[in-house]
Amino acid sequence: MENLIALLVAAPLLGAAVLLCGGRRLDRTGHWIGTLLAVASFAVGVLLFTDMLGKDAEHRALHQALFSWIPVEGFQADVAFQLDQLSMTFVLLITGVGSLIHIYSIGYMEHDERRRRFFGYLNLFLAAMLLLVIADNYLLLYVGWEGVGLASYLLIGFWQHKPSAATAAKKAFLVNRVGDMGLSIAIMLMFTTFGTFAFGPVLESVGDTGEGKLTAIGLMLLLAACGKSAQVPLQSWLGDAMEGPTPVSALIHAATMVTAGVYLITRSGAIFNAAPDAQLAVVIVGAVTLIFGAIVGCAKDDIKKALAGSTMSQIGYMILAAGLGPIGYAFAIMHLVTHGFFKAGLFLGAGSVMHGMNDEVDMRKYGGLRKYMPVTFVTFGLGYLAIIGFPGLSGFWSKDKIIEAAFAYDDGIRGWIFGGVALLGAGITAFYMTRVMIMTFFGEKRWQPDESGNEPHPHESPKSMTIPMIVLAFGSVFAGGLFSLNESFVKWLEPVTQFEHPHPVISVPAITASTVVVLLLGAGLAYLMYGRKPVPVTAPRGSLLTRAARRDLLQDDFNHVVLVRGGEHLTRSLVYVDHTVVDGVVNGTAAGFGGLSGRLRKLQNGFARSYAVSMFGGTAILIAATLLMRAV
Amino acid sequence: MSPVNYLYLAALLFAIGATGVLIRRNAIVVFMCIELMLNACNLTLVAFSRMHGNLDGQIIAFFTMVVAAAEVVVGLAIIVSLFRSRHSASVDDASLMKL
Amino acid sequence: MNTLAAYATSTGEAFQFWILGTVAVIGALCTVFMKRAVHSALCLAGTMIILAVFYLANGAYFLGIVQIVVYTGAIMMLFLFVVMLVGVTAADSLKETIKGQRWLAALCGLGFAVLLFAGIGNASLSEFNGLAQANSAGNVEGLAALIFTKYVFAFEITGALLITATVGAMVLTHRERTERAKTQRELSEQRVREGKHLPPLPAPGVYARHNAVDIAGLLPDGTPSELTVSRTLRERGQIRDVSGDALNDLKALEQRSEERLGRGGAVTSREKSSGGSAEQKEAAK
Repeated sequence: MENLIALLVAAPLLGAAVLLCGGRRLDRTGHWIGTLLAVASFAVGVLLFTDMLGKDAEHRALHQALFSWIPVEGFQADVAFQLDQLSMTFVLLITGVGSLIHIYSIGYMEHDERRRRFFGYLNLFLAAMLLLVIADNYLLLYVGWEGVGLASYLLIGFWQHKPSAATAAKKAFLVNRVGDMGLSIAIMLMFTTFGTFAFGPVLESVGDTGEGKLTAIGLMLLLAACGKSAQVPLQSWLGDAMEGPTPVSALIHAATMVTAGVYLITRSGAIFNAAPDAQLAVVIVGAVTLIFGAIVGCAKDDIKKALAGSTMSQIGYMILAAGLGPIGYAFAIMHLVTHGFFKAGLFLGAGSVMHGMNDEVDMRKYGGLRKYMPVTFVTFGLGYLAIIGFPGLSGFWSKDKIIEAAFAYDDGIRGWIFGGVALLGAGITAFYMTRVMIMTFFGEKRWQPDESGNEPHPHESPKSMTIPMIVLAFGSVFAGGLFSLNESFVKWLEPVTQFEHPHPVISVPAITASTVVVLLLGAGLAYLMYGRKPVPVTAPRGSLLTRAARRDLLQDDFNHVVLVRGGEHLTRSLVYVDHTVVDGVVNGTAAGFGGLSGRLRKLQNGFARSYAVSMFGGTAILIAATLLMRAV
Repeated sequence: MSPVNYLYLAALLFAIGATGVLIRRNAIVVFMCIELMLNACNLTLVAFSRMHGNLDGQIIAFFTMVVAAAEVVVGLAIIVSLFRSRHSASVDDASLMKL
Repeated sequence: MNTLAAYATSTGEAFQFWILGTVAVIGALCTVFMKRAVHSALCLAGTMIILAVFYLANGAYFLGIVQIVVYTGAIMMLFLFVVMLVGVTAADSLKETIKGQRWLAALCGLGFAVLLFAGIGNASLSEFNGLAQANSAGNVEGLAALIFTKYVFAFEITGALLITATVGAMVLTHRERTERAKTQRELSEQRVREGKHLPPLPAPGVYARHNAVDIAGLLPDGTPSELTVSRTLRERGQIRDVSGDALNDLKALEQRSEERLGRGGAVTSREKSSGGSAEQKEAAK
C-alpha cells in the first residue's frame, strides 16, 4: 500500500507535464486528461483511505521513502512521503474538492481558448499541494509550498491580458515570498537546532530544546502560515486574487493554498505546544484576522470579494483553533474540511451566477435571481446556511466547537476575550453572508444593459457545473454532523494531533445558545438593512468604517505608506550612501593611485641604463642591509 | 702582503665596471665593462681558491670564462643585428619600452 | 713557481701586485672613460693581461694561460671585429642625456665599492692554506681531475651552452633575403622618384701616384667633393685632401730643375737627387 502514495502526486504531476508540454494537439482532449488524472488521484486517495480504516488507530500511518535527494554527510534530505490521518484528511479534501472543481471548470472554461493550459495549471496546483501535505520532512514540504505559490501565481494571473490580473498575480507572489522567507528561516533554524528536517525526529526532540529557540521557530512558521493562509499582516493578496477565474478562487479558498498554513501549524503542533508565546501569537493573529476578514466581507459589493473576506475570516477561525493547542487542532482541521465543502460550493455558486450574468460581479446589479437559477440558489443557500453555522449543518458543528475551545483558552480574561471575538465573528459572518444572499437571490431584479447594450439573460448553468455544486451542497449539509457523530473525526485525528476536551469558562449549552442567538441577530440585522428596503444600484457613501472596509480596511494604503514609501526612502538613502561614501572611497582610491602612478610613471623613461641604476642601487641597499644585520 | 689585497683590487675593478655600464651609451663599451666585472669576479675566485687551498674556485672561474665567451658571442650578435636595424649602437636608442 | 703560489706572499709578489694593480685600475678607468671604442678595447685587453699575471701569481697556471689565449686573444679580438663592423662613427659623445644618471651612477658605484670593501674588511679571512698541496700533481692535472669527476655534468652542460650560443649568434646575425633583389632599372626609377642623385655617384679623385679611393675628386673649381669617397672612410675622417698637392709638386719640380741646372749633369748628383725625390715621395705620403 505504501507504494501507492507516490501515485497521489504523480498523477496530477503527469497531467501537468502532459498538458503543458503537449501543445495544441491536446486542445480538444486536454481538459478530460486533466480531470481524469485528478479523479485518479482521488481514487488512489480513497483506496488508501479504506485501507487505512481497516487498521487500528495507532498503526495507520504509512511511510514511503522514494529516494535520497541531497545525501551529504550531516545533511540528509530525502524524498519520502508520510501518510497519516492528518495527511489523509487533506489528501481526500484536496483531491475530492479538486476533482469537483476540475469537472466544474470543464463547463466554466468552455469558451476559453487556453483551457488546456488552465487544466495543466490546475493539475500542477493539485500536485504541489499534495506534495506539501504528504511530505515527511520540512524541506520537501517547502518544495510543495513553493509549488503552490507558483501555481497560484500562474492561475491568478491566468487572464494575464488584464493588467489587474497580472498585478494581482504579482502581488500574491510577492506577499507569499515574505511568508516563504519565514518558512525557510524556520527550516534553517530547525536544522541548526535539531540537525534534521524530518517531521518525526524534529517533533520528538522538541522536549529537549530551549523554549527560546522553539518560540523563534514557531514565530517563523506563523509568518509562513500568514503568507499562505492570508492572515494579518500578510492578508492583502487574497482579495486581489479574485482576478483569477472563479474555479481558481474556489480551489485556492476551499481545498488548496490557504489551508496550507493551517496544515503547517497543526503539523508542527508539538513545537507550538512547547512554546506558549508563539501559540499566543497564533491565537492573536487568528482572532484579528477573523474580525478583519468579516468586516471587509460586510462592505464589499463584489460577490467574489465578499466571499474572499469570508474566507479570510474562516481561516482566521482555523488559525485561532490551531493556536489553542490540543483542544483546538482537531476542530481546526474539521472546520477546514467543512469549510472546504461549503466555501467551494459558495464560490462555484458565485461562478455560476456570474456565468449567467455576463461575468458581472457587482451584487448591486443582481437581485431576484432565485427564479432564474434554482439549482444555484438552493446549493448556494445550503452553503450559506452552513457557513453561518445554522444549527444542524456542517458549519455549525465545526464552528461551534471552535468557539467553545476559544472560551476554554484559559480560566481568566483571555478565555473571555478570544471566546468573545469568536462569537462576535459568528455574528458578523451571519450578517455579511445574509447580505450576500439577499442582494443576489432576493428582492427586485436590478440588472441593466451594459455599455454595448447586451442585457444579461440569467440562466441556469450546464450540468457539468451544477453537479459539482450539488455534491458540495451535500457535503455542506451533512459533513459536519457526520464528523461529530460519536466524535468520530476527533478520534480519527487524535493519534496525530492529540486531543483534550476543552473546559470553557462558561457552560457548553450556554455557548451554543448564545452562538445561535448571535447569528440570528446578525442575519436579522442584514434582513432589516437589505431585505426590507430596496438595495440601491450605486453604493451609498456609507460610514467611515464602511468606506475603510471597502478599501480592505486600508491594508494596501498601510502597506504603501509603511513598506513602499519606507522602502523607497531606505533605497534612496542607500543610493546616497553608495554615491558619496562607497563611490567616494572607490573613486578616491582610484584617483590616488592614478596620481601616484602618474608620478611614478616618470621613472619609467624607457632607458635601459636608468633601470640598471635602479637595480644596482637596490642591490647595494640589500647588501648594506645584510651587512648591517650581520653587524647588529 | 696579504692575499686579501687581491680581493680589494677585484672589488675596485668590479665597481669601476659597474659604473661604466651605467654611464656609457655605446653598447660595445657597455659590454666591455661587463667583461671587466666578470674578470673581477674571476680574480676573486682565484684568490679564494688560493686561500682555501683547493681548486674548486679555479674550476668555477673556468666555467665563468666559458659562459662569458658564450655570452659575448650572443651579445655581440645582438649588437650587430641591432645596429643593422637602427643604424646605431647606442643603448639609449633602443628605448621602445617607453610609452 | 710552486713556492711562489704556495704560501704567504713574498716581497716580490707584493712589489708585482702594487705595480701591476695600479696599472690594472688605470686600464679599467680608461676602458670606461675613453671616447673611442677601440681605445677602450685596447685598455681592457691590457687589464686582462695583468689579471692573467695575477692568476699565475695565485697558482692558477691553467687559468692564467686561458685568460691570455681565450680572453685577450679571442674575445677581445671579437670585440675589435665588431667595433670595426659597427663603431665606424668617430667617437662617442660623452655628454649625458638622462638627467641625473651620471651622478646616480657615480654614487652607486662608489657606494658599492665602499660596501664591498667594508664586507671584505669585516670578513674573517685569516685562513690561508696556499695551493702547494692541491697543485702537487700539477695544476692542469688537478683541474682535469675535478672537471671530469665532480663537475662533469656542469662541464657537459657548458658544452651544450657553447653550441647554443654559436647557433644563436648565427641565427641573430644571419639575414634571410625575404624579397627579390631590386634590379638596376628599379633602383634607377627609385632614384628618380626620390629626386636626389639622379646620376651615379662621382668617382673618387684619381691621382697618378695613388691607388686613390681615399682621395676626393675635385670639382671644376678645384675644391674636393666628399661624395666621391666611400661613406666608411668619410666617417672615419680618412679623406686625403690632394687639392694642394699639384702646387706642391710643381714647386718641388721647379726646385729640382733649378738644382740640376745649377749643378750640372754629374752622375752622383743625379743619383742623389733621385734619392731625394724618393724621400720627398715618402714625405708626401
